[in-house]
Amino acid sequence: MKRAGLYAAAAGFMLFAGFPFYWMLLTAFKQNRDLYVGAFDTRHVPWIFNDPPTLEHVRLLFGQTEFPRWVLNTLVVVVAVVVITVVVAVPAGYSLARLTGRWGERLGMGIFFTYLIPPTLLFIPFSRVVALLGLQNSLGALILVYPTITIPFCTWLVMGFVRSVPWDIEEQAMIDGYSRLAVIMKVAPRLIVPGILTVVVFSFTLVMQEFVYALTFLSSVDKMTVSLGVPIALVRGDVYHWGALMAAALVISIPLAIIYNLFIDRFIQGFTMGAVKG
Amino acid sequence: MILRRTLADREDVLGVAMLAPALIYVTLLVGVPFVLAILLSFSNATAGSLSFGWAGGRNYAAILGDPIFLRSLRNTAIVTIGSQVLVVVLATAAAQVFRAAFRGKRLARLVLLLPWAVPVSLAAIAWTWIFDSTFSVLNWTLKAAHLLHGWLYWLGDPGLALVAIIIVQAWRIFPFATVIVLAGLSSIPQDVVEAAIVDGAGFWRRLFKVELPLLLPVVAVAVLFGVVYTATDLGVVYILTGGGPANTTQVLPTLAFQRGVLGADLGQGAAIAVFLLPFLIVVAVAMLRLARRAEVGAR
Amino acid sequence: MDPIVVGVELRNLSRRFGDFHAVDGVDLSIREGELLVLLGPSGCGKTTLLRMIAGLERPTSGEIFIGGERVDADVPPRARGIAMVFQSYALYPHRTVAQNIAFPLEASGMPRSQIADKVRWAAEMFGIARYLERYPRQLSGGERQRVALCRALVRDPKVFLLDEPLANLDAKLRNTARDELKRFQRRIQRTTVYVTHDQVEAMGLGDRIAVMDHGKVRQIGTPQEVYEDPVDTFVATFVGQPPMNLVEVRDPALPPGTLLGFRPEHFLPQGHFASGEPTQVFCFAVRRVEYLGSDRYVYGSVAEQGFGEATVIAKLPAIVATPIPEGEALEFAVPRKALRYFDAATGARREGGRGP
Repeated sequence: MKRAGLYAAAAGFMLFAGFPFYWMLLTAFKQNRDLYVGAFDTRHVPWIFNDPPTLEHVRLLFGQTEFPRWVLNTLVVVVAVVVITVVVAVPAGYSLARLTGRWGERLGMGIFFTYLIPPTLLFIPFSRVVALLGLQNSLGALILVYPTITIPFCTWLVMGFVRSVPWDIEEQAMIDGYSRLAVIMKVAPRLIVPGILTVVVFSFTLVMQEFVYALTFLSSVDKMTVSLGVPIALVRGDVYHWGALMAAALVISIPLAIIYNLFIDRFIQGFTMGAVKG
Repeated sequence: MILRRTLADREDVLGVAMLAPALIYVTLLVGVPFVLAILLSFSNATAGSLSFGWAGGRNYAAILGDPIFLRSLRNTAIVTIGSQVLVVVLATAAAQVFRAAFRGKRLARLVLLLPWAVPVSLAAIAWTWIFDSTFSVLNWTLKAAHLLHGWLYWLGDPGLALVAIIIVQAWRIFPFATVIVLAGLSSIPQDVVEAAIVDGAGFWRRLFKVELPLLLPVVAVAVLFGVVYTATDLGVVYILTGGGPANTTQVLPTLAFQRGVLGADLGQGAAIAVFLLPFLIVVAVAMLRLARRAEVGAR
Repeated sequence: MDPIVVGVELRNLSRRFGDFHAVDGVDLSIREGELLVLLGPSGCGKTTLLRMIAGLERPTSGEIFIGGERVDADVPPRARGIAMVFQSYALYPHRTVAQNIAFPLEASGMPRSQIADKVRWAAEMFGIARYLERYPRQLSGGERQRVALCRALVRDPKVFLLDEPLANLDAKLRNTARDELKRFQRRIQRTTVYVTHDQVEAMGLGDRIAVMDHGKVRQIGTPQEVYEDPVDTFVATFVGQPPMNLVEVRDPALPPGTLLGFRPEHFLPQGHFASGEPTQVFCFAVRRVEYLGSDRYVYGSVAEQGFGEATVIAKLPAIVATPIPEGEALEFAVPRKALRYFDAATGARREGGRGP
């Protein structure tokens, strides 16, 4: 009895969380005549395939839209932002955890708080900065601006991670004949690989998800990223191609969800800031 | 001759050198724009020209006399509070379910995390389709169940549109909150819970007298991030309703975008966005207090 | 000035963390080739002291000399001619045993072929040649300790620093590991500083013991000196298990506020002493007897006028077969030469400790 209640509750939450994705799946593979039946027709059940599924929408998405281009654009931005974030945030997080002592803790907190300053507060001044730099309507604008979100959070993540790694191996290396710098270059990276990986994943998912800056800086369709292009530009005239739209959303969401699932615990440690002890 | 300390041994030098790029990046590209945002709100800058002059409080006077702005301020508060209340209820309940061991839990967790992982804009477009005026599956289901006799124009009716926005925001944040609460639950010392069981406390007593008080800081963290994510979010409203119908569902970020970017009035757009600050300051202060508490607790 | 060659010398060494004096004005001379144990409860500053010698912690004030060279201010750990074994052994998890042992040699720029030879030589010395290709996680605690010692040895250091190297081993292993460590140190004859909170380990290993408390060295001496002639009540109660009995006495012959100290194993039934031996006799109110196989511990208090009520423990070896009924008062005695006197207020030793 208690068991049944548990399953029912779990199913309820899964239905709420997963329903839009089920809907994406149906829409992406339904034939148009199955798809576009008004909801007032109660005899036509929209929850199932009434006609055999079709790949028509997927073909449209990859063949006749700018979607492949957007994927490529997104990947360019992802690689650049990941590189910048790793190069800047990993040393900073390490420094805050190991080298700067007490004031490092305060400073780390300060850097983390800049993560709370949202894009919607900064996009107006940024539109001016980007114009001044001549980066309007280019991926360069995103590459410049996205690290303002990833660096604070990732610095914080790395700091927390490095703290959780015992010092003694690095100290041992210092005694074994290496300078502090040599330890940082030769010994420390291997010890904080999981932390670096988390940074990569966080930066990747952020670029995939970001919408506000992309909307502000990018105007031509061929420059767009996935998260901007799909909802804004996958419209022909005034008509939404719902099948292709949902196919795109599905293609992007599933890999992201799987990656999230793998790294969730590390992200959470970053968010809870010691309110939860991992 | 013994080797003396070199720069490569100096922790202070290395520490500053490794921190400097991050500090410079954050200062130049968060600090400066932040100050600029506030300066712009007192200026008559437009997107077209690079020069701008001092406008004093004129932008603020203009928006405070603007019913659309006041409505968007109210909407921001309604959406934020409404969705976060839903989030707290859903997340604490879901955490109670998902802490138990059951068959298929890994798959269930993956499904639960989907809303958080998916890009906001793609989720919003999926919901737009779900709320479609002609093809809404919600309407079909309600009608098929004989719960609906008329017709619901989800995104066409101001009140319903706000409800839709709140649902989508809650849907997007509650998985994140659930995972945080779960992390909090697993960090409650088991012996405290076991002591409560031995003392004869039942499930509800244990939940309300032992676990929830211990969970409070963690739930607070979830809510604080939820507030930031909801109050400052542009994507959901922009894609779902575009602020419509007739500007009745504008929130601060969409209005700032409309006036500042689309309307090219940077000054007024900045002034509107500045009204997000109170939400953020409340959150920042609360976080600092929590962090201090956690620090004290750790000693 | 000092005739002995000094391995490590500390002069007025201090380390403060904020208001907390972790190490407070320590002077210490560690002789060439000796094994000195830093013994004290957790938080007494012994590890901080060791880390300052290693160069991992900078002193707030004071001087450190290693092999006659001053090193405290600007000599980094790598240049101090030291090797250290951490409590966790700090083996590099991504490197095999051989690569672990080779790591310090790589730092010194030794040619590859020479490194391989030296690693093999050292591994054979510790009997771990079989494990060279394994990773640390595939080794037992005792094997890890040997790898750590081996890695320390190949550096050919002037001074070994060991930070509770046995603390992570289980009790069974600890005895053999201790013996191995002592034999190793005897063989290489190298100055060694060994930190522990375990007084049995300290007594068993140390040529000399420095007992520390609250950042200060309370006493330094051979195990025997520290055990038999503690300079104060802290040392008297910290060294020895069970600790030295301390009873307040109000005797007109002694200055007021005197504590009488004696070891539990000297506190025996009166009939056990030869009639000529000068002893101090007490009436011992027995509360409880613990049978521990090789010994019996008898808990009680001195039931006489002029003595405080503190719990007193007698440790009777198995050969003392006298029946000890609980709840009764018996005649117990301590040889006069085993009595020590302390100042109740300061804890410091008072004269009149030796002989009748």
